[in-house]
Amino acid sequence: MKSPLAALLLRELRLARRIGGGAAIGVVFFLILVTIVPFAIGPDLNLLSRIGPAILWIAALLATLLGQDRLFQSDHEDGSLDLLRLSDAPLELIVAIKCIAHWIATCLPLVVAAPFFGLMLAMDATALAGTTATLLVGTPALTFLGAIGAALTASMRRGGLLSAILILPMAIPVLIFGVSAASAASGGTIPFATPLLVLAGLSLAAMALAPFAAAAALRGMGD
Amino acid sequence: MWKYANPANFLRLANALIPWTGALAVALLAFGLWGAFFSSPADYQQGETVRIMYIHVPAAWLSMFCYGVMCLSALGTLVWRHPLADAAQKAAAPLGAAFTFICLVTGSLWGKPMWGTWWVWDARLTSVLVLFIIYLGLIALWQTIEEPPKAARAAAILTLVGAVNLPIIKFSVDWWSTLHQPASVFRLGGPTIHPSMLWPLLVMALGFTILFFTLHMMSTRNEILRRRLRRLSILAAQEDAR
Repeated sequence: MKSPLAALLLRELRLARRIGGGAAIGVVFFLILVTIVPFAIGPDLNLLSRIGPAILWIAALLATLLGQDRLFQSDHEDGSLDLLRLSDAPLELIVAIKCIAHWIATCLPLVVAAPFFGLMLAMDATALAGTTATLLVGTPALTFLGAIGAALTASMRRGGLLSAILILPMAIPVLIFGVSAASAASGGTIPFATPLLVLAGLSLAAMALAPFAAAAALRGMGD
Repeated sequence: MWKYANPANFLRLANALIPWTGALAVALLAFGLWGAFFSSPADYQQGETVRIMYIHVPAAWLSMFCYGVMCLSALGTLVWRHPLADAAQKAAAPLGAAFTFICLVTGSLWGKPMWGTWWVWDARLTSVLVLFIIYLGLIALWQTIEEPPKAARAAAILTLVGAVNLPIIKFSVDWWSTLHQPASVFRLGGPTIHPSMLWPLLVMALGFTILFFTLHMMSTRNEILRRRLRRLSILAAQEDAR
């Protein structure tokens, strides 16, 4: 007998793999965001390598948050969210599991792809390593924050844009510390560890607190 | 206090109070503006533009005060599920956005002659801008969810998430700003303010606060009436259907 939470994790991963292109679509979206930036600011490699970490971070932010509006919506539409709420497992843990599955399915591929896209932006090895590390540490915060927006807009037909408006201001600290850690990796006045540790703290705080807010929002929708 | 949490009692109290607080706000603002424009001296460095401060600083103060009021109402919504708290919460969001907007615009108008630019990505300006965006998001959330109790709960959750997050945003923006540019124009502390400038500022701040309470009561009253209207029209529609 599997534990219900493990079963839920497997279900979410299977759904992510089979429906809507799975991980590939997120990575393609990430790629296209990275691709359009040089068209907008010009193909100057010096400039691109300087702002490379920022480009990768903004692309990751948008790819994570824009892909997340369906996190609870489809479950709300087909009624499986009601079934999940009836189960013995607390809704907070269910939310956390869904976030973890979403992170594995969409953010982890982005983290893996980031160094390759960084090469296209002429970033050097230390900057690539630093940016990838910050993305690995920081994207859980984005996923868990995004879950609050997804939960608030779960019952709306077009919640995606609203969810982004609600959550992007909250994601500013993650962006600040993510980009400053990534820039610190390739030289600068501050040590790499300081912003990275703050970023890790933000991720841990989001993991600990956001499921409660998201579960409360889902309960508020239900009755 | 609980007696006035009943919407009918609140309406009676608000109807009695609003003319008085409104008159008091107008009187205080008129006195404060007189003090700001005629009685207080121009600054020796900033000249006449310093008078923008008498609008800017109270607006900045109220932009934060209003978020506090929303947080208290949000607790009322989530803990006691009280309809009056829902109405107070909804009424406060546009007021907070308006005061934040006034603060941003006057700050921008003040910044042009003083710093030579309409906008700088300074820590304070940026965090006020983020606060403004959070207000706009809350208003959008209120307008998107149709059923008032659901909208109230969703907005309350977002308000409290924002309350946890606002200090973090403030802290991180401070860190970001000091990382990018050393403090030059913006000094915390600065020269202490002279009494001749302090008293109009305090009068204006008090006037703004009372103005906020008046507008908030009026807007809460409207919200209660709007809900009654909604309930009555639903009932009427049900009658017609039968």
